[in-house]
Amino acid sequence: MKMSPAIPQPVERENYLNKEYGVWSWLLTTDHKRIALLYLVSITFFFFIGGFFALLIRLELLTPAGDLVQADTYNKLFTMHGMIMVFFFLIPSIPAVLGNFLVPLMVGAKDLAFPRINLLSWYLYIIGGALMLHCVLTGGVDTGWTFYAPFSTSFTNTKIVEAGIAIFIAGFSSILTGLNFVVTIHRMRAPGMTWSRLPLFIWAHYATSIIQLLGTPVIAVTIVLVAAERALHLGIFDPKLGGDPLLFQHLFWFYSHPAVYIMILPAMGVITEIIACFARKRIFGYSFVAFSSIAIAVFGFLVWAHHMFVAGISVYSALVFSFLSYAVALPSAVKVFNWTATLYKGSIHYDAPMLYAFGFLGLFTMGGLTGLFLAALGIDVHVTDTYFVVAHFHYIMVGGAVMGYLGGMHFWWPKISGRLYPEGWARLAALIVFIGFNLTFFPQFVLGYMGMPRRYYDYSHMPEFQVLNVLSTAGSTVLGIGYLLPMVYFLWSMRYGKPASDNPWNAAGLEWKTTSPPPTFNFDEEPVVTWEAYNYDELDAPHPQEVPVAR
Amino acid sequence: MPDSTLVGLHHEEEHHPELLHHFATAEQQRDAASLGMWVFLGTEVMFFGGLFCAYLVYRHWYFPDFAAASKSIDATMGATNTAVLICSSLTVVLALWAAQTARRTLLIGSLILTMLLGVTFLGIKGKEYKDKFEEHHVPGASFSFSGVPVPGHPGQYANPRHAQIFFTLYFVMTGLHALHMIIGLGIFSWLLTMAWKGRFTPEYHTPIEIGGLYWHFVDIIWIYLFPLLYLIDRHP
Amino acid sequence: MSEHSNSEHVKSSPLKLYFGIWITLLFFTYLTYKAAFIDLDRFNAAVALGIATLKATLVALFFMHIWHAGERLIKAVVISALFFLLLLLGLTMADYASRPWS
Repeated sequence: MKMSPAIPQPVERENYLNKEYGVWSWLLTTDHKRIALLYLVSITFFFFIGGFFALLIRLELLTPAGDLVQADTYNKLFTMHGMIMVFFFLIPSIPAVLGNFLVPLMVGAKDLAFPRINLLSWYLYIIGGALMLHCVLTGGVDTGWTFYAPFSTSFTNTKIVEAGIAIFIAGFSSILTGLNFVVTIHRMRAPGMTWSRLPLFIWAHYATSIIQLLGTPVIAVTIVLVAAERALHLGIFDPKLGGDPLLFQHLFWFYSHPAVYIMILPAMGVITEIIACFARKRIFGYSFVAFSSIAIAVFGFLVWAHHMFVAGISVYSALVFSFLSYAVALPSAVKVFNWTATLYKGSIHYDAPMLYAFGFLGLFTMGGLTGLFLAALGIDVHVTDTYFVVAHFHYIMVGGAVMGYLGGMHFWWPKISGRLYPEGWARLAALIVFIGFNLTFFPQFVLGYMGMPRRYYDYSHMPEFQVLNVLSTAGSTVLGIGYLLPMVYFLWSMRYGKPASDNPWNAAGLEWKTTSPPPTFNFDEEPVVTWEAYNYDELDAPHPQEVPVAR
Repeated sequence: MPDSTLVGLHHEEEHHPELLHHFATAEQQRDAASLGMWVFLGTEVMFFGGLFCAYLVYRHWYFPDFAAASKSIDATMGATNTAVLICSSLTVVLALWAAQTARRTLLIGSLILTMLLGVTFLGIKGKEYKDKFEEHHVPGASFSFSGVPVPGHPGQYANPRHAQIFFTLYFVMTGLHALHMIIGLGIFSWLLTMAWKGRFTPEYHTPIEIGGLYWHFVDIIWIYLFPLLYLIDRHP
Repeated sequence: MSEHSNSEHVKSSPLKLYFGIWITLLFFTYLTYKAAFIDLDRFNAAVALGIATLKATLVALFFMHIWHAGERLIKAVVISALFFLLLLLGLTMADYASRPWS
């Protein structure tokens, strides 16, 4: 390989990381695993940019007066935080990193169906991201991430069209990822890998892909209309010219509500894998969990106007959407029950991935239940556009999706990098994240219920809000530390971590039957599947020659 | 089940010239490409769908003004364009049959004819746009639609602001459609090049199949655009 | 599974079918055009959209070969896309139609 015969060194097996070196071997790769790592670096970058804006927001809110930044600047802070976190971190995160890496491995394929489209997808993300970064650095946008018309089309002076184009391009990236996953899951499963033997991670990503494919085009065309209206002073959404602002909201939320399920479904898939492995049990109710993923995808498209209860939709519309919003909670609840039932009488191990899973269970449940509060029309009128809503969605997106992402990164890190991360530090980081998260966002439920509006930089008319705001800001600092730790030790482990065996967790799944890291074409021989999913009873049955689980 | 991979075929068609390395068989590759195009067309349905939604809302709100605006665009040109696209869908399907039955001349002829019909469509569209420009019906600073009677309501005149919304939707919807036509022409010129080089055989002609699907979809969009934009209220 | 794997034995029938569909489509286009000039009151829109749907269905079934597709997956993709489109159109219009104002 790459060493001279005179120097005795351990021979490193060829895998996807060392097969080729050099910048172009990465930038022109079609290997789904390398593309996953390209995404990993990019979304981490945007995560910290979005987090930086969050930090500034929390700093401003330490005091009731608007004394850190001006009002217009504050508007830009929460807008850029939202746009970057939603479109450039959360939507891609798990699918583009863990999904890209694992979907072919889990179904037993050599790559995704369309590897070059996969690479294109990353380049589109980068182009969209670069454009968004340029927009941020040259003034940003101040409309809120929801860029409601007619403010966004007729009144604001900020760079809506540029941000819109950036999001449009990133959306196309998302559509192509979804397309790749759907075709791969349908057409490229290994012999014997029937639908009912697929890991539930795959079902979750399949459902996510459906949403990406059907929802993203609608926001894409909405952005086109906003750009047209802004550039040509037309009247599609402007009431002065006969347009209806609510039409914008209908079209916007038709995508943006299902978008939140794009963010949470993959995390649910991750959690399912982790819970099965660290409870050493088959998932309780496999078909229920599988079909609930599809149900979430479908029902998720039926509820969008619950973001518009006080905007001016008809009361009959509101009733229908309120009812449907209760219904969409049902499949999620089914999953929570099934995870809990899986834990019951399981042999539970508290490794870092499992700590994140436990955190997810509690925090996602809280976030989901508070969603029901918001689905109730009477309560929604009271808490809409307050910090109650902000807390609700952060519980799901951060307490849920981000914890799922981190848990998944820890669980599959040995497979991705071929190294073990330091378990002690990882457990500490998980704990810090959990504490920091709750300290940041629980006070916000109280603040919202007490009436503090969202998107306000100055609350000096209600100075009694300060205590809770200070707690929240303190929590955000702790949370930030919790997020920085994994960055440090993951990087450390790539050089100094213990080399990982093929299956350090003794987990079920085809990805664990190949080397860590895998070879470029995933499997030395095409796998033929003859066992059911989550066969932990077989994996844990004592074999004479089996080595105990590596720790 | 048809959509799973074939069991046990490890070394089939390894020497098939068009087989990509990550597919087990040529059939898997073809099925993947076909499903991929169908799924993509599903996304296009939703893309245009958003515009159809905006159209429906404003037609519901401003029917008289929409009727007046619709009457001012040329229905004969629209109908002709519809016929042109229908003919082009025929030539596309003939091209596919020609590839399946190894009829090179028919294949190349049909591809060329398809592209000619596509260009004809765009030409007629261009003429329509030019007419609208001259009549000041293009939305924007120089839009003007005063004194246009509402069909069926003598004495009533269309509200220019509402008519402008019609024309906005007209230009965005037909413009987006025309953009898809242009992309279609690009795809077909690539297909023509490949066909000229003899790359298509009865065993391998997937690009024609999926290019054809795209073209038919663009035709279907127009099949809906024509009555919705041109024929709102034409009766005397 | 692809329906083109046995292209030889469908050699004679598809041409007749294709030309037949083509003529039908042209005829319906002519019909739509003519019907627009007749006063059918509320039904003008229904007739126009109905004919358009018929034409689109013919193109999809026979030119895009859904009719002959062996597996149901493609049909499922088409029906799903149409379902979600109708959802967008239907639920949005339901709001507008049920507003007592404007």
